[in-house]
Amino acid sequence: MLRDQDRIFTNLYGLHDWGLKGARARGDWDGTKEILARGRDAIIDEVKNSGLRGRGGAGFGTGMKWSFMPKTEGPRPHYLVINADEGEPGTCKDREIMRFDPHKLVEGALIAGFAVGAHAGYIYIRGEFVREAEHLQAAIDQAYDAGLIGKNASGSGWDFDLYVHRGAGAYICGEESALIESLEGKKGQPRLKPPFPAGVGLYGCPTTVNNVESIAVVPAIMRRGATWFAGLGRPKNTGTKVFCISGHVNKPCNVEEEMGIPLKELIEKHAGGVRGGWDNLLGVIPGGSSVPVLTREVCDNVLMDFDSLREVGSGLGTAAVIVMDKSTDIVRAIARLSRFYMHESCGQCTPCREGTGWMMRMMNRMVTGDATVDEIDLLFNVTKQVEGHTICALGDAAAWPIQGLIKNFRHEIERRILARSKSAA
Amino acid sequence: MTEQPTSFAFSPENLEKAKKVIAKYPAGRQQSAVMPLLDIAQRQDGWVSVAAMEEIARMLDMAPIRVQEVATFYTMYNLKPVGTFHVQVCTNICCLLRGSDDVAAAAKQALGVEWGQTTGDGLFTLSEVECLGACTNAPMMQINDDYYEDLSAESTQAILEALKRGETPKPGPQNGRQFSAPEGGPTTLKELAFQTEKG
Repeated sequence: MLRDQDRIFTNLYGLHDWGLKGARARGDWDGTKEILARGRDAIIDEVKNSGLRGRGGAGFGTGMKWSFMPKTEGPRPHYLVINADEGEPGTCKDREIMRFDPHKLVEGALIAGFAVGAHAGYIYIRGEFVREAEHLQAAIDQAYDAGLIGKNASGSGWDFDLYVHRGAGAYICGEESALIESLEGKKGQPRLKPPFPAGVGLYGCPTTVNNVESIAVVPAIMRRGATWFAGLGRPKNTGTKVFCISGHVNKPCNVEEEMGIPLKELIEKHAGGVRGGWDNLLGVIPGGSSVPVLTREVCDNVLMDFDSLREVGSGLGTAAVIVMDKSTDIVRAIARLSRFYMHESCGQCTPCREGTGWMMRMMNRMVTGDATVDEIDLLFNVTKQVEGHTICALGDAAAWPIQGLIKNFRHEIERRILARSKSAA
Repeated sequence: MTEQPTSFAFSPENLEKAKKVIAKYPAGRQQSAVMPLLDIAQRQDGWVSVAAMEEIARMLDMAPIRVQEVATFYTMYNLKPVGTFHVQVCTNICCLLRGSDDVAAAAKQALGVEWGQTTGDGLFTLSEVECLGACTNAPMMQINDDYYEDLSAESTQAILEALKRGETPKPGPQNGRQFSAPEGGPTTLKELAFQTEKG
C-alpha cells in the first residue's frame, strides 16, 4: 500500500483548511519561484522523466504534450486550458481536488503555463460544480492577493492570469476540442484533428489542454523529483492515482493509491470489499463508463494501470471503478449507459447522432427480451458501424459497452428473449 | 409554448457582474462570455427567455441565432420557468446500482409530480439528469446549487419535506460520512500531521 508520505492529495477528504494558509501548511507554494527559475526546458524534462501520463483518460505523456507547443511565442499568444469538465459516469476525483485542494491546481497551472509559454490559463469546470467553482475562484483570488499568480507571478518575472469558466451541462465538452469550441462561446461540437490544439487551439492559438489531476500533481513532481514519482507504480505506468470506487462495494470511496495496484486489493483494502464477498462479483467497469466491463475471472488478478488494463481489452480511463455484484441487472445497466450516450451525442456526425438513439432503443428491447436472437447480431453489427466512424470518441464510447455486454453476457440476453417468447406462447 | 416576455434587462448589479466576466476574455473574443452571461440571466429570472438571449447577443455583438444555439445545446439553461427549487435526480449507472430507483420514487411521491413537471405551488420542478460527478456518494440529487448525497428513500423525502417547511437541509452526504472517505473513516491519510495542527 502507498505510504501516506507519498500521497499528493493530502486533503482529499476535506478534513483540513482548503484555503491558502492550509495549503501552505501542506507544502503547496513552497519554492515556486525556484521551480520556475529552472527554466522551461528543465521543467518539461522533469515531467517527462516522471513518466506522468494524462489523468483524463487517454493516458498521453504530459511532458510530451507540453513539448509540442512552439518553443517561442509568435504573433499568436499561447494558452493553457485545464479540463475540469468531469462527467464520465463513475468519475468524481477532480471534484475533490478542486473543492479541497484547489491550490495544488492553481500552483500547477502556473508551472504548466510557464512551461508551455502561456500567460493565460482557463479552467473549464462543469456547470453543475457550483460549490467547487466557488472554492476554486476563492483560491485563485487568494493566490492573486499573495502575488503568487498575476503580474510577476511568485516573483518569477513571468506574468500569468488564471480564469474559471463554467460549463453548462454537456458531457461532450470533456472532449478537448469541443471544450475549446465551448470556451469560444459556441456549441460544444468536436473539431477534426489535425490540426491539434498545440498548433491551432483556443482562438486559433497554440493551446495545451490538460486534465485537473495531471496539472495538480505537477508541483509535487517538481519539488520531490521525477525519480520519486517514477519510483511509484510500474514502468510506463508511474506515480499515484486517485481512484473512484463506486457501485456494489461495502464502502464506496475515493482514494489515492499507487498506479498498478491490483484491482482486488484496491476494492478490499479501501472500499470494504464487494457486497456479499468477492465471490458475489459479477463484473467491474474499471475506468469510467466508456471502457469495456471486466468479467469476474479477469478481476481476480488484473492490475490497475494503463497498460495492464489495455492488455485485457479494457482501459484505465479515468480510474473510475464501477463494481457490479450478481444482483445487477447487467442488461439494464448497459442500456442505461446507451441512453446516456444518446442524450450526450452532440449531433454533428450522422453515425453517432442516429446510431446512439437506435442502439438505445434496441437495448431497451433487450432489457425486456422483446427481440429476436438474430437481432443481437444486428445490434453488434450496428455498434461496429458507429465505432471509428465519427469525429470524436463518443461514438466509440457508446459502442463499446454494448459490445462488451454481447461478448460477455450474450447468454443473459438470449435467456430473456427466450423467456419472453415462451411466456407469449 | 412558453409565454415569452417582450423585453429583458440585466439588473444594475448583474450588469456589473457581466462586465467583469467579459473582461476575462481577450479583446475581440467577447463571445466567450455567452455561457456565463446566460447563467447570470438565468439566476436573475429563474430561466432564459428569448428576450434575454437577444439582449446578450446585442451585448456581445453576436447574431441572436448563435446565442440561441448555445442556450439550446446545453442542458443547464432552463428555456421555460422552473420551480423555486429545481430538484435534479441522477439515475446514471452508479446511482442506479445504489438505489436511484428508490430516490426517484420517493421524490415523485413527496412532490406529487413526474419527471419534468412543476408542483402546483410553483415551488419544485423535478428533473431526471445524467451523471453529476459524485459517483462514490451515490445515489444523489442536486437541488439548485447544492448536492445531496448518499441518499435513501427516507432521506430524500426528509430533505424535500424540510424544504417545503422553509428549512434549509444540510447538503453533502446524508449518512454521516466524511465527504468521499469510506464510511466509518478513511483508510489512508491517518499518519500525517501538518504544521498548523502541530501548533
